[in-house]
Amino acid sequence: MALIRITSPHAHRPGNTGSVMLTVLMATLPGLAAMTFFFGWGTLIQVLWGSLLAIALEALSVKLRRRPVSFYLTDYSALVTAVLLGLALPPFAPWWVMAVGISVAIIIAKQLYGGMGSNPFNPAMVAYALLLVSFPIQMTSWTAPFVMLGDGWSVLSLGETLSAIFATPSTAVDAHTMATPLDIMRHRGGFTTEEMWVNDALLANGIGAWHAVSAAYFMGGVFLLYKKIFTWHAPVAMLTSLTVLSTLFFLLMPDQYPDPFFHLTTGATMLGAFFIATDPVTSATSNKGKLWFGIGIGILVFVIRTWGNYPDAVAFAVLLMNLCAPFIDQYTQPRSYGHAKPNRGMK
Amino acid sequence: MKNTIRVHQFHGGIHPPENKKQSTGAPISLAPIPSRIVLPLQQHIGLPADPVVRVGQRVLKGQLVAEAIGRISANIHASISGTVVAIEPHPVPHMSGMKADCLIIESDGKDEWIEHQGLADYTKLPTQALIEYIRQSGIAGMGGAGFPTDVKLHLGDDHIVNTLIINAAECEPYITADDMLMRERADEIMGGIEIIAHLLKPLHIMVGIEDNKPQAIRALHAAMDNSALNLDIVITPTKYPSGGEKQLIKLLTGVEVPSGSIPADVGIVCQNVGTTSAIYRAVTHGEPLISRIITVTGQAAAHKQNYEVRLGTPLADLLNHSAVERQQLQRLIIGGPMMGITVTDEQIPVIKTTNCLIAGSIKEMPPQPPAQACIRCGMCEQVCPAELLPQQLYWFAKGKEFDKARHHNLFDCIECGACSYVCPSNIPLVQYYRFAKAEIRKEDDEQRKADHARQRFEARLARLERDKIEKEERRKQRAIDAAAAQAAKKDAALNQAPTASVSAAPEAGTPDLKQLKSNAAIARTKLKKAEKALNNAQDKGLDGIDTLKETLKQLQLKSAQAEKAYSDAQNAPAKAAAPVLDLKQLKSNAAIARTKLKKAEKQLANATASGEGDISALTAQVSLLQDKNIAAEKAYKAAESGPSNAAAAPIDTTELEADIAALQAKVDKATSAWQAAVASASPAADKMAAGVEKLTTKLKGLQDELSQARAALPASSATVDTTELEADIAALQGKVDKANSAWQAAVASASPAADKMAAGVEKLTTKLKGLQDELSQARAALPASSTTVDTTELEADIAALQGKVDKANGAWQAAVASASPAADKMAAGVEKLTTKLKGLQDELTQAKSRSEAAMPAAAPATAAPDLKALKQQVSIMRTKLKKAEKQLTELPEGADNAALMAEIDSLKARHDAAKALWDAAEADKIAAAAAQGVDLKQLKIDAAMARAAVTKAERALSKAEDDQPALEAELVTIRAQADKLNATLERFSD
Repeated sequence: MALIRITSPHAHRPGNTGSVMLTVLMATLPGLAAMTFFFGWGTLIQVLWGSLLAIALEALSVKLRRRPVSFYLTDYSALVTAVLLGLALPPFAPWWVMAVGISVAIIIAKQLYGGMGSNPFNPAMVAYALLLVSFPIQMTSWTAPFVMLGDGWSVLSLGETLSAIFATPSTAVDAHTMATPLDIMRHRGGFTTEEMWVNDALLANGIGAWHAVSAAYFMGGVFLLYKKIFTWHAPVAMLTSLTVLSTLFFLLMPDQYPDPFFHLTTGATMLGAFFIATDPVTSATSNKGKLWFGIGIGILVFVIRTWGNYPDAVAFAVLLMNLCAPFIDQYTQPRSYGHAKPNRGMK
Repeated sequence: MKNTIRVHQFHGGIHPPENKKQSTGAPISLAPIPSRIVLPLQQHIGLPADPVVRVGQRVLKGQLVAEAIGRISANIHASISGTVVAIEPHPVPHMSGMKADCLIIESDGKDEWIEHQGLADYTKLPTQALIEYIRQSGIAGMGGAGFPTDVKLHLGDDHIVNTLIINAAECEPYITADDMLMRERADEIMGGIEIIAHLLKPLHIMVGIEDNKPQAIRALHAAMDNSALNLDIVITPTKYPSGGEKQLIKLLTGVEVPSGSIPADVGIVCQNVGTTSAIYRAVTHGEPLISRIITVTGQAAAHKQNYEVRLGTPLADLLNHSAVERQQLQRLIIGGPMMGITVTDEQIPVIKTTNCLIAGSIKEMPPQPPAQACIRCGMCEQVCPAELLPQQLYWFAKGKEFDKARHHNLFDCIECGACSYVCPSNIPLVQYYRFAKAEIRKEDDEQRKADHARQRFEARLARLERDKIEKEERRKQRAIDAAAAQAAKKDAALNQAPTASVSAAPEAGTPDLKQLKSNAAIARTKLKKAEKALNNAQDKGLDGIDTLKETLKQLQLKSAQAEKAYSDAQNAPAKAAAPVLDLKQLKSNAAIARTKLKKAEKQLANATASGEGDISALTAQVSLLQDKNIAAEKAYKAAESGPSNAAAAPIDTTELEADIAALQAKVDKATSAWQAAVASASPAADKMAAGVEKLTTKLKGLQDELSQARAALPASSATVDTTELEADIAALQGKVDKANSAWQAAVASASPAADKMAAGVEKLTTKLKGLQDELSQARAALPASSTTVDTTELEADIAALQGKVDKANGAWQAAVASASPAADKMAAGVEKLTTKLKGLQDELTQAKSRSEAAMPAAAPATAAPDLKALKQQVSIMRTKLKKAEKQLTELPEGADNAALMAEIDSLKARHDAAKALWDAAEADKIAAAAAQGVDLKQLKIDAAMARAAVTKAERALSKAEDDQPALEAELVTIRAQADKLNATLERFSD
């Protein structure tokens, strides 16, 4: 056999980008399961529909860019984008909402920037923000968790759900939609938070569903940490800053601001902390940078949730911090071995 | 086994599969003696060694075959006995697969040692001698870098070595050479450590070893118990790259070696265990480094184990000995899997740094999959032992943003490969860093080259400038010489035109003044105009009054400045020019004062004589006038002696003489007036006596001055005097003769006046003698040049005399023939004439020789100087002009530049004049040169072309990588040509 000439190292840890992405996909399973359990078939259908679209559009884009299709498809990054967007959309969002979202995410936010690794913004969050701004009604009609409805699991059959998503929305679906806890808190009018907790049916009885889903995401995140897919810096920083801010305001005015636990366990906090803020491509690079990146997201989430127009804020917060990431990178270089202090800025 | 000291941590690191067990099953065995060895001349860091054997020479095992050159280099010894068959390029262990000079030795199969023996007691040897002994054995760091060991042992000289670290970590997978060495030869290692410790005298010795080598640790502990050494065996967790020097130092001491420094800078020296063993063998047994332990492993090798291999053994021998399945062998790696290099030629030899040979199968080391896009996952950053941002470095290297890469401490990368190992996208990161480093080094190199070229260029410019200055200096010197010659000539001429030098009035002050005056006038006019315009505007209520006002203000300022400059200039040059300009004025002043004084004196005398008028008033007036007169004369004299140099002195004397004469007359007059006053018993007599005394004193003073002036008179001015003196002497002689004859007559007639007359005659004789002395002195001082005239005269005299002598001779002979009584007298006359003739002839020859000596010196001096002096003047003018112009541009806006402008104008005029003069002179020169058959212009062009050729050749030489000697030779010839032309040009243009 002819000897080959190749530079060191000659050993390589098994695995590739595809396996990293598959691990991430695996970590989303508990969350997906929880969503499906509490909110019906909708989320599962959204995830599958989105994945289908994503693979098709990714293949098309790569083909148009004259790159090897199978090589790029097997990094599974399009699938991750689709799954994350599917988890973030309302379970009964019409099919075209997902279609628009995936098109934006794959074609505009990712491939136009040069494909995987070159996109400055998280594609799923770009799509989510765009959909939220463009189709506010579809994007804010969330399904009520089954615990609220009292007649057993999954009030809507698979068929009904499919027709609700892909055909005209049925009245049955309308009957099952309601606001999210964050929405309720946001638009509580003159009531204090305390009154809301007592008076609002969802908050009083159905909040457990949201807690459960957040717990599932948290589990997935811990799994990824264990697998060393990402470091603890960004999620911990984000959750910590959010907790600190919300605790501060809650302690100052308990009847005006929800408690920190509410912030941590509703909306997309956990999904954002472990699956969005940890997106390596669009976050800061160094450990220190990731800390600042996470802190920024946490603060922005609280600020937008509390004083902004939108009930949830993870997408906007992440996108804003994506913008800051290159800057953060300049000023958070680690101190290299043998150097008294880290280099700063750019030469 | 527990650590006695705390183990620190370094950032990052990885845990690749160790794959060490495969090769530790069997003990170290001796590899077969190769039939042929290949010894690369460079097996170490530093300069390649220099072969000291010839092709065809028989060498013994352990014989020095190549010698270290310079401080950082290592000796190379034959590892077998045999014959040197070639010294030629041969593939060597290198990433690129390149060839390098190698010594090839064919074995004679005898494996015959050269005579060798170790040191009985190395501790008795001086440190330097021991280090030199180690250097002789050719030991270079055996951990992988191959840094000459003796250099590291020298570190004790200029560093304080606190800690000696023995690197036994052996962190790379597969390699077990150090492990097996420690297991089997721990005593040798301890012995080596003792020697190093003896040399460096560290306070603390530590052996750093990973915890995956328990047997080696046990062996070391056992050896330590037998040794007197006090050292710590520090067990570190297994983690790649803990065996990296910097990482091990961090692990054992917690200290980081500053970037760009060596460990010795923080008081630490690291040595590999293999090196310690080699040192031990060299010192104790006198064995130079000719073999080492090598791990042969990899899935393609049937026998995976460690061998003691002779340096220079071709890899093929080892592979064969280990029964490597060539069918399986896909990747042949020298070194470990993380930092080792692949080689494709089995004839590549084992060298001092070869610690492992991996015969990798395709299953074991599958080809790397194509790299995917970097997702900035940061896994590389987590494992980087240098705490860099590998993915950022990757982007910078890929984008060729080398400045940024450097800013991100690219050069702290130790190329351990940990980042590549963990990269999920399979990006060959280390390759990118190597590329970036190479590119940066290349850039730096080019920068250095460019700097070098620039320095050379600047040095050349400086040299040219220096040459120019030297030339200028020489030219100046010549000009000064010429000027001196001219001055001498002028001095001579001065006697004919005594007042000429005074009229050489300084021009510097005057044109300035005029210019300033006109400037001031212009400024005034402008100001008036502006005022008018302003008034007009105000009357008619036009726009822009403010601007006009502003302008007016500025103009006022300017005008005031111009006026001030003018008045300043007026005062300043007046003061400066005064002594020169007013010389005439002063002279006339003095004359007027004198006349006035005389008049007053006359009046006084008349008054005294007639006894009328106010004598006392007149006397007072006279004394006043006298004072004035004295003051005026003083001022004149001071002015004269100030600016005018020695050349002006001759005027002084005549002037003084006139003064003295006048004064004498005055004194006489005053004396007679006083006598009259005394006679008439006038009361003014006393006063007059004082006046007379005063006048006498003055006279004396003047006379002294005159004598001084005469003494100071330049010798050259005496030339004119001689003729005068001669005339004087002749007249005096006549007087003396007359007086003598009168005296004799008086004596004969017994007249009473005879005594008086004798005194008079004596006086006259003395005077005559004095004059004669003066004449002889003047003659001696006579410049050589003036003798030229004399010789012709002398010759004529001689001819005339000769005629006379001939005639007299003829007459005498006739008289003798006719027996005339006058014959005797005639003989005396002839004799006299002959003597005179001889004297004249002598004088002539003397004069001739003198003039001949003077001629060559004087002749060239008169012709050459002008052109150079003129050129110099032109250049001086140009410099001055440029300076003034520069000053003008540097002058802040609105400041007064009128004075400068005026100065510039005057300088320009002077420059132009000088230039015109020079041009004319040069034209003459060119014409002269043309007359000699040399075209000066053509010559100049040729010289310039030659110079250009030289620069071109120089440039070509600096650019050319190869064929330098030929170019250099060419350059030399061209330069010689240029120099020749330059010399010719200089000769003619000067």
